Amino acid sequence: MTDATDKIDALVKANDVVLFMKGSALFPQCGFSSRAIAILDRLGATYETVDVLQDQDIRQGIKEYSDWPTIPQLYVKGEFVGGSDIMMEMFESGELQQLLAAGE
Amino acid sequence: MAMRAEEIEAMILAAFPDAVVEIRDLAGDGDHYAARVTSRTFAGLSRVRQHQAVYAALKGKMGTELHALQLETLAPQGEHQ
Repeated sequence: MTDATDKIDALVKANDVVLFMKGSALFPQCGFSSRAIAILDRLGATYETVDVLQDQDIRQGIKEYSDWPTIPQLYVKGEFVGGSDIMMEMFESGELQQLLAAGE
Repeated sequence: MAMRAEEIEAMILAAFPDAVVEIRDLAGDGDHYAARVTSRTFAGLSRVRQHQAVYAALKGKMGTELHALQLETLAPQGEHQ
């Protein structure tokens, strides 16, 4: 599991905005991942995605890394922001825009 | 696998006895729920910590037996953080 942790750590640190999701930005494989992408696109954010369905180690590892049981998971500037519910709340309150703007 | 709404509510109430728990079955399939949990426990906690506390109350069922739970957590009196 340390391999997965190292991999996740590297991804989170190398990308200002990274979404761990099921599927790709173009073809999300789950409604919650789709919602997360829709929010990021709506905000015009520049982001990287990691398809956890392509890597079982990351799929399990990210849950332990973040202490969070579900996918998607958003990281901004190395900090765990939350899943799609928190993204939606933060989008609606304007906090996510601020957070992403601060990251640029 | 699925969970009944009453089971979800009971597990949350066991962890947060003061909580007001509202659960909606989104798809009618016992597998996609929305829950709003209001508890004094959440006052002063970040949203991530609030949700983590609810997931902890569900003791590993979230993401396994329970596929989808849209979660909203609130502290009473409109304190949102």
